[in-house]
Amino acid sequence: MRAWVFGDNVDTDVLAPGRYMKLPIEEIAKHCLEAMDPSFAASVRPGDIVVAGRNFGAGSSREQAPAALKHLGVAALVAESFAGLFYRNALNLGLPALACQQARRIRPGDSLTLNAETGEIQNLTTGERLACEPIPAHLMQMVRDGGLLAHLAKRCNTTSS
Amino acid sequence: MKQTLAQKLVARAAGRSSVTPGEIVTCKVDLAMMHDSSGPRRVKPMLEQLGAKVWDPGKVVVITDHYLPAYDDESRKIIRIAREWVREAGIDSFYDAQGICHIVLPERGHLRPGMFAVGGDSHSPTGGAFAAYMFGIGATEMVGVLVTGEIWLQVPHTIAMEFAGELGAGVSAKDLMLFLIGRFGMEGGQYQAVEYRGEAIRGLSMQERMTLCNMTAELGGQVGLIASDAITSEYLKSEIEVWDSDADATLLAHHRFNAGELSPQVAAPHSPANTKDVDEFSNVKVNLAYIGACTGAKLEDLRMAARVLRGRKSAVKLLVAPASLRDQQSAEREGTLQVLLDAGAELLANSCGMCAGYGEHLLPEKAVAISTTARNFKGRMGAASAQVYLASPYTVAASAVAGRVCDPREMLA
Repeated sequence: MRAWVFGDNVDTDVLAPGRYMKLPIEEIAKHCLEAMDPSFAASVRPGDIVVAGRNFGAGSSREQAPAALKHLGVAALVAESFAGLFYRNALNLGLPALACQQARRIRPGDSLTLNAETGEIQNLTTGERLACEPIPAHLMQMVRDGGLLAHLAKRCNTTSS
Repeated sequence: MKQTLAQKLVARAAGRSSVTPGEIVTCKVDLAMMHDSSGPRRVKPMLEQLGAKVWDPGKVVVITDHYLPAYDDESRKIIRIAREWVREAGIDSFYDAQGICHIVLPERGHLRPGMFAVGGDSHSPTGGAFAAYMFGIGATEMVGVLVTGEIWLQVPHTIAMEFAGELGAGVSAKDLMLFLIGRFGMEGGQYQAVEYRGEAIRGLSMQERMTLCNMTAELGGQVGLIASDAITSEYLKSEIEVWDSDADATLLAHHRFNAGELSPQVAAPHSPANTKDVDEFSNVKVNLAYIGACTGAKLEDLRMAARVLRGRKSAVKLLVAPASLRDQQSAEREGTLQVLLDAGAELLANSCGMCAGYGEHLLPEKAVAISTTARNFKGRMGAASAQVYLASPYTVAASAVAGRVCDPREMLA
């Protein structure tokens, strides 16, 4: 899976720009990250991985920020650190977000495989293995279910049956 | 066990006598607040998908503020969904076009010390000014709260920001906060609890405390908390419980400053962390001044601007969007609003306005704006070429008069 690499403090407003927030997610997604890389939305492919520096997702509570990435088929997010609210939002959507101290070692276009369960990244381009902090167990179950909504659906079904 | 204010609030909501930083707990939610953008239009379809109802409509407050005034079919639809959904869901606490959610919520008496609350907006830490544990969440997580009445939390550590002394004339809570973000960066809060304390904080009014706690979002904390006291009680016009940290509770960090030494602060484009003393920017010319947002256009913010603008004219386009209708009415009654209008201010609606960049008013290409808002991310308030400097209402007003970034103390003498 190809890596798309961005810097520090990638904010929610560049992931889901305010002027498009009134529109459905498929429209917002077309403008995801366009201020940083105008080709991103059109070029990113399902399964690609977005890599960033510190404080990825800083700013707003708008869930459309991780939702736009998910809509474009991004399989996982890797960053040196995540803004807390964005981290919760990404996992709630079932989009794995992995904190990796060595995220800067990944270069644009590197081919990666990532195991969200173990937090291990293999960089097929460089041959490196990078370790991520694992997603906490109580959240990994939710990610496995496909996100909080699917997790809640399970819970609602269990309660009603 | 000695507990911080944050631990005490979380322990109460988790039904425990004490909690330890780092552990995962489930908390019962006393209050869930939503606005039109992240609220009904997003949660309604998800609740329908689940076939679930709101766990307790009496604990939900809905406030329209983002897409007001509605200006096209999409924004009208978003507002209409909010109006219809509160009726369907049986939610009585609905404030429509009354102002920005973070201001209207306490203004209408929904926040009390000791509460555990969530808001569908990143500036929800504003509630911490009332010694309530309040933080922002996204729409799906809000659905989780609406269905279960609960939310998980990792018990936070506490970072204490202690300010001794007293703020100087022309220096405000906004300056304290910009200073902190400049000093510690947008990750300084580490998604933990930030507690503001000390003589200078005790001396702040409730609206100033709200400005401080609000921008805990930009400091990167989950919550920003201030212990409740006589000033809280006076604002709420009732007896309150005092919630405070134990004197020797364990802190992650304890930073001490003297508020009296602080100059007005300005954050340069495109990050609130680009903060320096106002003098550093005195050669920056501005062509627009914006006094708006939950963190910059409450009654007291308008009063600060008026103190500078009385008898003066703005040299640039000056836009004022009072944070709530009640605050605007108070400002009108006492003459504050007239001072702003006489200085050439153009009045905008009581909503999030340009701050969020959602509405019809956006910064034009090549604008160089000075603004009382919370974030100056590139393109947030309009054109990507726009430059936004963040500052206090005093500094924004003085800069509007001077046509350049200006120390308000020159005009307050």
